[in-house]
Amino acid sequence: MALTRRRHRSVSTTTIGVPTMLASYVLLFAWAFVVLFPLYWLAVTSLKTPLDVNDGPFYIPWRDFQPNLDNWRYIFVDLGPDTFRPYINTVVVGLTSTAITLILGSMAAYGLVRMRYRVSIGAIASFVAGAALAVVVIVAQVPWQVGAVAGFALFLLLLNTVARRVKRGFGNDDIAFWMISQRMLPPVAVVIPIYIFFQQLALLDTWGALIIAYVASHLPIVVWLMRDYFQSIPIELEESAAIDGASPYRIFRTIVLPLSIPGLVATFLFVLVFAWNEYLIALFLTSANAQTLPLTVAAQNATRGPQWWYMSVLILIMIGPVIAMAIALERFIARGLLVGAVKG
Amino acid sequence: MSGYVSTRGFRRAASIWRLIGARLDHLAGGVFILPAVVVILGFSIFPLVASLYVSLSRLSFSEGGVDLKFVGLDNYAKLVTGIDHVHFLGLAGPLTPVGFVVLAAGYGLLAFALYRYVRGHNRTAGGLVGRLFAAGVAGFLLWLVVSTVLTSGRPGTLVVTIIYVAVDVSVQVLLGLGLALLVVQQLPGRRFFRVVFLLPMMITPVGVAYLFRMLTDTDKGPLYPLWAHFGLTDVSWVTNPWGARGAVMIGDIWQWTPFIFIVLLAALETLPHELVEAAVVDGATRWQVFWRIRLPLILPAASTVVLIRLIEGFKIVDLPNVLTNGGPGTATESLTLHAYTIWRALDIGGSAAVAYMLLITVTFIGVCYVNLFRRRVTAMA
Repeated sequence: MALTRRRHRSVSTTTIGVPTMLASYVLLFAWAFVVLFPLYWLAVTSLKTPLDVNDGPFYIPWRDFQPNLDNWRYIFVDLGPDTFRPYINTVVVGLTSTAITLILGSMAAYGLVRMRYRVSIGAIASFVAGAALAVVVIVAQVPWQVGAVAGFALFLLLLNTVARRVKRGFGNDDIAFWMISQRMLPPVAVVIPIYIFFQQLALLDTWGALIIAYVASHLPIVVWLMRDYFQSIPIELEESAAIDGASPYRIFRTIVLPLSIPGLVATFLFVLVFAWNEYLIALFLTSANAQTLPLTVAAQNATRGPQWWYMSVLILIMIGPVIAMAIALERFIARGLLVGAVKG
Repeated sequence: MSGYVSTRGFRRAASIWRLIGARLDHLAGGVFILPAVVVILGFSIFPLVASLYVSLSRLSFSEGGVDLKFVGLDNYAKLVTGIDHVHFLGLAGPLTPVGFVVLAAGYGLLAFALYRYVRGHNRTAGGLVGRLFAAGVAGFLLWLVVSTVLTSGRPGTLVVTIIYVAVDVSVQVLLGLGLALLVVQQLPGRRFFRVVFLLPMMITPVGVAYLFRMLTDTDKGPLYPLWAHFGLTDVSWVTNPWGARGAVMIGDIWQWTPFIFIVLLAALETLPHELVEAAVVDGATRWQVFWRIRLPLILPAASTVVLIRLIEGFKIVDLPNVLTNGGPGTATESLTLHAYTIWRALDIGGSAAVAYMLLITVTFIGVCYVNLFRRRVTAMA
């Protein structure tokens, strides 16, 4: 005790009195209880029989009730395929979409930090005009290929004539702001056209649809976090590599990415948790085959009423992996987040 | 002979590759950024524009495609004045004395803020117009909240969503800041608390919803002794509108306090020790150290997390959908859930209109927050 006190005094700048310390611990343990008790209740409920649950709250296994693994057996053995299919869907969609988002997002973030962009207003205006023409043509019941070609042609035409004369433009910061501000978009505002789009391509209820939708909705997070991370890396290494004749791609792959591993880990974890827990997009885009875990769990209510004992098992296996990762990678999270929040 | 030819061919191929490589290097800027731009254009911007069109039309699925019929602002009119306005805006009751006081105080504050801006030195015409507009909208929203909540009326999904965000974010900031201040003291065992406090953020919201359904069960839940003590065992949280909304808000607060906590903790930990030390040497109390030194220095980080929580908070859907199924009636429905229920009823244009109203609300509140508060805070630091 004395040892820890002394060490602690050397670290801290303000000495903490015993009353303050006691009060702090009381408050800290109180909130720790608030956080952990629901999880404890989940674990305990998963070991109860329906009778134990319905007969009123029993708190401590072996003393209040006899724990058993029947619910776990039911979920894993009796319901086997029905449990594993959404689980595999969640794992595949989560990991794939996170990996793609991380690659595309960090490339864009690196570009925004180290390259200079200048998008002229004229180019954007011609793009908007082309897109508008495409939409009008498609709405007028003409096949969409025709619309796409017409729109693209108008875009090129304007770009090479009118747009060249406009000098004003947008720089890196504007592009970064534009990308990051996409996060403000409520998914429900874009999911309906995406649904129709995937319906046309017969991609509804597949991994592909979910992966594409998740990549689009999580890109802003990656760009935002990684951009700030790349800014904190000293540029000298990259400059000397460039003088030695390394290509931008090689610099990015062999110098920048290895240096950014803490940021990449934090961002990976973040995006993976978002994809793992995502509910609304999956609700719209999947029905049976590609259903993810949150949907399966949510659907339990509708089909069987709240069977808390089975629900608890399902929730535990759903949140288990992310919680394990959060505990293992806790150090990275605060760091990765802080860079973004302070500069953001 | 043949060997000679093939080497030359090989050399030429190699030089072509090198040429392509050089060209690619030249285009590196585009190669780095274009994939992300294309994805965002294709799956955020294009759907957003298309969604606007859908919200202005009546859409039905037919064999192998969709039928769109342009109906103008009908879908929006339905929400604001038509058959859906009770669902969306709520039912206004006669103003009660409390409501009147709150409304008067709110309008007084708005008028005072405007007056200060007009009397201030750096006013511009654009700034004044923007503030007048913002004050007008804020005044309307305030009236809407007061007249549906503090009266016998009932709030619609717009009001409920605003209440969710306002209550959740304020409680989360207070709790998160308090916890961060507790953990930042160099107490032994703080790593344990850091990890534990982080956990709720990782848990699937659907799981959180079920958890809180279990916990708020007054008959079989773990808090049964408490309810029994007060004789509330046959009262159900989820059949009382405010009880159900409370359960949703408690769930959201439980889940997202960690986010604010972890960022503020990191911000507090990066503060230079010397500042606090110097202040303590000069005889500053803890209270003064907090208000005069720590709080101003972490305000930029705090303003960013609050902005993120504001934006994300408006998207709330899983908790009310699973915890209370939007009920009783539509009492706990958020805007996103509202859009989903209309979508399920196959009124797709109406659903897009609700989604757009949500987008407008989020944008309005986000822009006001950034311009009126956050810019000032970050400029100070």
